[in-house]
Amino acid sequence: MRRPLQIRLIGLAVAALSCSAVADEELHDLYFGEALFEAYQGNYFAALERLDTEVRQHVAVDEPELDSLYVHFDDAEFSLGDFELRYRMHHRAGRAIKAVLEGAVEETVRNDAAYRLARIHFQKGQMDDAMLALDRIDGEVPKAIRDDIEFLRANVYLAQERPEEAMASLEKLENSENYGGFAAYNLGIALLQSGRHTESLEQLEKAGLIATDDPGELAIRDKANLVLGTIFLEKGAYDQAVPFFNRVRLDGPFSNQALLSAGWASLSAEKYDRAVVPWKILAQREVTDRATQEALLALPYAYGKLDVHGRAAIHYGNALDAFIAETERLTASIDSIRDGKFLEALIREEIRKDSDWVIRLRSLPETPETYYLMELMASHDFQTGLQNYLDLADLKRKLLTWEGGFDAYEEMVDIRSEHYSPLLPDVDESFRKLDSRMRLRNEQHKMLIKRRNDLLTTPRPEFLATPEEQAILARIDQIESALGVAVGSTREQLAARLNRIKGLVIWDLETQYHARFTEFDRNLRSLDEAMAVAQTEYDEYVRSRQAATHSFEGYDKPMTRLRAEVHQSVERIDRLMARQGYLLEVVAIDELIARREHLENYGDKARFALADSYDRATQAQARLEEAE
Amino acid sequence: MWQRIRKALPVMLVLGPAALAGAQDLSGADMRSLDGQVQEIKSDVLNIASELNNLEERLLYPSNTQVSVFVALAPEETFRLDAVQVTIDGELATHHIYSFKELEALQKGGVQRIYTGNVPTGDHQISVTVNGKLKNGNDFSESGDFSFSKGVKPKALGLTLAQPGFGGESIQVGDW
Repeated sequence: MRRPLQIRLIGLAVAALSCSAVADEELHDLYFGEALFEAYQGNYFAALERLDTEVRQHVAVDEPELDSLYVHFDDAEFSLGDFELRYRMHHRAGRAIKAVLEGAVEETVRNDAAYRLARIHFQKGQMDDAMLALDRIDGEVPKAIRDDIEFLRANVYLAQERPEEAMASLEKLENSENYGGFAAYNLGIALLQSGRHTESLEQLEKAGLIATDDPGELAIRDKANLVLGTIFLEKGAYDQAVPFFNRVRLDGPFSNQALLSAGWASLSAEKYDRAVVPWKILAQREVTDRATQEALLALPYAYGKLDVHGRAAIHYGNALDAFIAETERLTASIDSIRDGKFLEALIREEIRKDSDWVIRLRSLPETPETYYLMELMASHDFQTGLQNYLDLADLKRKLLTWEGGFDAYEEMVDIRSEHYSPLLPDVDESFRKLDSRMRLRNEQHKMLIKRRNDLLTTPRPEFLATPEEQAILARIDQIESALGVAVGSTREQLAARLNRIKGLVIWDLETQYHARFTEFDRNLRSLDEAMAVAQTEYDEYVRSRQAATHSFEGYDKPMTRLRAEVHQSVERIDRLMARQGYLLEVVAIDELIARREHLENYGDKARFALADSYDRATQAQARLEEAE
Repeated sequence: MWQRIRKALPVMLVLGPAALAGAQDLSGADMRSLDGQVQEIKSDVLNIASELNNLEERLLYPSNTQVSVFVALAPEETFRLDAVQVTIDGELATHHIYSFKELEALQKGGVQRIYTGNVPTGDHQISVTVNGKLKNGNDFSESGDFSFSKGVKPKALGLTLAQPGFGGESIQVGDW
């Protein structure tokens, strides 16, 4: 059985999502900005919580165009999908983005949404759906994602084993600033997949010579050289393979594999002394690495070929010691996982504050198993399970904090209720009086306004008579009534006098009408202002009264319901964590057992080879002595 | 030949992934099924969080007294913001020291809610003090006093901070 050729596609790991939707434009909505603030720090739960609430409120308002989120709404919906994706909620992310796709949006926005949807399907391994989403892209495409789309398309084609189509996309990316190196490598792989061997070698060689100082591209360059070397090694062209392995950087992620393969290429070409060089370097590296373990045995084998059996025996002895130590360590690791220490270590918060927390796990003395789980941690299913376990632990922490808060809230509501309940009856009594007075004044105010408006169309001077004039006119009316029943000349004289008096009053009323009306209007306007102040105070009083009630009423039901929901969620999370944790432990233990069995096998072989080398060394020594 | 040599070695030098692959395949389906359930509970907890936030806001910061202060950086600002202190009507409202991650989030266009509290309706004073470091390495401290009016609706004040000494105001308070 031989190691399968490690030719893999460089996926979308480098195509990081962009949630800087509004970074280049003026922000109009503080709450959207707040969600972005959380998202930029990697707090996707908090970001989602805020943005989800903001979007829901925006959708519910009567006039959304007056809402501050209106100008950012498309971005906000996109960001929701983005955050959900980053929080590993693919189901919801897909729905959010589909909603944008199906809405009446601009071409660029729709194309952006289609790209994001395609990316979700790609990440979920649904290649046909990813291609369907990519096929929806039509017309103007935002410049910032043009290369992203092409790279994604190429990756989907490659995953669908359609290398010819992938090549067409990858060729367009050869000069791309972000994808140049990745595209060159993937193009080589696509050519290899389609059977165009010579062209693929040329292309991979090109990818292996890219001048760059970007860490991602440097790794791709190493990968291209490693693949090229491996192709030649498998073909038996050992001398051609070595230069490619030598091009791989000694401090890169593919260094160990390159050193191991370089040794094999030299050994196969029967250049044993050359095989010793890379294996010697490799044998001194981290002993948990598979390549290092293989080199620990390969190195003495090469010495044996060089007839240096004494040194071979020493190195077999070293290898045996290392394998025994590692086997013991693996046994300790398996026990440690069975004791639950692996899961305990994972949820330690201080570890995960670092973005390279998986790597830092290796530095934990109490979790030796993590040394051996790096490869496992790189597998998609295990990583998803691991992330889910951590997310569940975070959710549980949050829920328990909230659960503790309910008691405080209930106490607060009770204190408020005890404070306000005895005060409110008196307050309400005063309020009722104030309310009736306010209503009366309002009616009077309305009547005066109506009178002013009537006077504007139909002047009625008597309406503007002073109280004194009104009294005089009333008296005149009374006297006129009394005169109605009188007879004789006295009556006429009296009537004439009365008319003069009345005429005098009416003269004043008629001649002063405009001045009086102006005065009346001015007074009414002052009254309007006073009434507005009174109304504001009245409204404020009403609001304060309502706020007093709202501060302790209406919380019981939602609080009881939320408390129950929180409690149920904690129970659900406990069950899920137990299942998820068990699966992780089983997979981790299986991996460690496999590694231990393999090391035990290595140990047996080393033991046998050690004895063999001693024999050969002894025989060689005897022959030497005999010759002397 | 290479493979032949490897096979002929006294040891089997190639690790076989079969056992591991089997375990992974076996648990892969279970892990995917669990993944769906985890997504569901995440969604449920987000809904609880949203409701709880509304409840908390009603309980702790009713509209008629609620005041929130937000901090944003002016576009293209690269100065290092170290701390912001906010006092309202002479009382310390908040004092925040910025981490690198927070500063980076602000520089990318994020907006930080630095304070939420209660004030009665009417006119109020807000004082803001900003400490930081300029690009040339000099420390700076800038302060500003502003007034605002609290009505019956929740009040949101946005502080926009810029590097001092470049013509414009280094602290601007906007009414949102």
